[in-house]
Amino acid sequence: MPKNRAVLIDQIIKQTMRICAFSSLFFLFLIFLFILIEGLPLFYRVGVGNIIAGFKWAPTKGAFGIFPMIVSSFLVTIGALILGAPLGLACAVYLAEYAGKKKKLFLKPALELLAGIPSVVYGFLGVIYIVPLIRTYCGGSGFSLLAAAIVLGVMILPTVISISYDALMSVPRTYREGSLAMGATKWQTTYRVVIPAASSGILASFILGMGRAIGETMAVIMVAGNALRIPGSILDPLRTLTSNIALELAYASGDHRLGLFSTGVVLLIIIMILNYLANFVIRQKVIK
Amino acid sequence: MDIKIQIRQLSVSYNGTPALRSITLDIYKNCITGFMGPAGSGKSTLITLINRMIDFEEGVRYDGEIRIDGINVLDPAVDVVALRRRIGMVFAVPLPLPRSIFDNIAYGPRLKGITNMTDLYAIVEDSLKKAFLFDEVKDRLMTSAMKLSGGQQQRLCLARTLALQPDIILLDEPCSGLDPISTAKIEEALSELKKDYTIILVSNNTKQIARTSDYAAFFYMGELIEFGETPRIFTNPSQKKTEDYIQGKFG
Repeated sequence: MPKNRAVLIDQIIKQTMRICAFSSLFFLFLIFLFILIEGLPLFYRVGVGNIIAGFKWAPTKGAFGIFPMIVSSFLVTIGALILGAPLGLACAVYLAEYAGKKKKLFLKPALELLAGIPSVVYGFLGVIYIVPLIRTYCGGSGFSLLAAAIVLGVMILPTVISISYDALMSVPRTYREGSLAMGATKWQTTYRVVIPAASSGILASFILGMGRAIGETMAVIMVAGNALRIPGSILDPLRTLTSNIALELAYASGDHRLGLFSTGVVLLIIIMILNYLANFVIRQKVIK
Repeated sequence: MDIKIQIRQLSVSYNGTPALRSITLDIYKNCITGFMGPAGSGKSTLITLINRMIDFEEGVRYDGEIRIDGINVLDPAVDVVALRRRIGMVFAVPLPLPRSIFDNIAYGPRLKGITNMTDLYAIVEDSLKKAFLFDEVKDRLMTSAMKLSGGQQQRLCLARTLALQPDIILLDEPCSGLDPISTAKIEEALSELKKDYTIILVSNNTKQIARTSDYAAFFYMGELIEFGETPRIFTNPSQKKTEDYIQGKFG
């Protein structure tokens, strides 16, 4: 093959790859654009405060307060984190520090499968098993903050585990050896040296887990009860930002529809902040 | 001269490949014993057996005895954590933990349960002085150990080991990444330390073994070719292989 032709093919492939790579950026841009175009006008008309801090959601009557949903989204996310983060971290530590090659061989694919199960299946199992359990043993209808937190706690496990695991594995082997050679036990080495050295990555895994939890829709709709108020206890039903959009979009029109887009804008901003935080804590480490 | 460590018919294999073949060797108390030999000769494997760091490798089998003060440390019933506190180890690459100089050295004593700051400070100061590092870092004990130079980091690792109050110190090519001045400082520290400790120095650098050790052992392909007093090994080796290695004909 003549040299010029080889160079040309190389260039074409490079440019094609570049277009593919930038297309994801383009899609992201489109999503932003449409959500902002549809969602922002209502903020101007009704007022940012009336939407973000408003308590009453009655979009057909001109009330677009989503404060209870913002609170609910955060409560569910924090609940999921309380349940999922320690479990996920423990699992990652076991995988990275204790599990032998054989155990890793079936644990890792099992975790990937956990990540691949559709959220409707989680929701379904939540409705069939967790909701009745809560109803029987804790009282209330069972559709509750607690049910949503349990289901989401399991759903964020793959995110927390895989990112924490990578962080733990990237701790140089030499740190462990240095500690072990000084007569530290395996566990002393793990919690005094390895976990602190991996702390930024572990923190990032929690934040990304939060992002996963706050964005989850289907499973939450199925188990949370979707009531329009701030829950007074963990046994009360609640409605998150994502649930609000999914539940009402089918029949919304006019300002109601714009109200849902405004909900989307708030959601987008929260997710952006979480992602920025995750990147920030990861970068912290690199600079040090 | 008292014998500190007796190695008897020690054989080791990794996944079936022999790494050491029936080694028998005595390490004398309060001496520096140098282990030399080309890469893959088994000298590093031998010292990781002495403090049982080899337990973290997979697929290792060993046979034979290593007796320290008469007790076989290869016995499965031996408390390896207690063993490693008695036997300090300095690695080829300096490995300070990502924390302050003080905390690096206090790490071992804290594991032993010493929490009193006055006691800890005394141990840290004493260890740093023995490793010839105290004067260089005394004003910045609370700064990160990662900011020290390579040579300082290696002396920090030596100090960290001394803080455990071991009676044996193993050094696995401690100067392989260091400049000549840093190397000289480590060697100076070692020749002081041998008054109180039994030291095993693994090195690729035959000149370093010649300069610092009292006894020298030459390993090749998992076998102990020759062992004896250092001046004799370097002036009048009994084996052809030893002579060739010392003269740099292979390695």
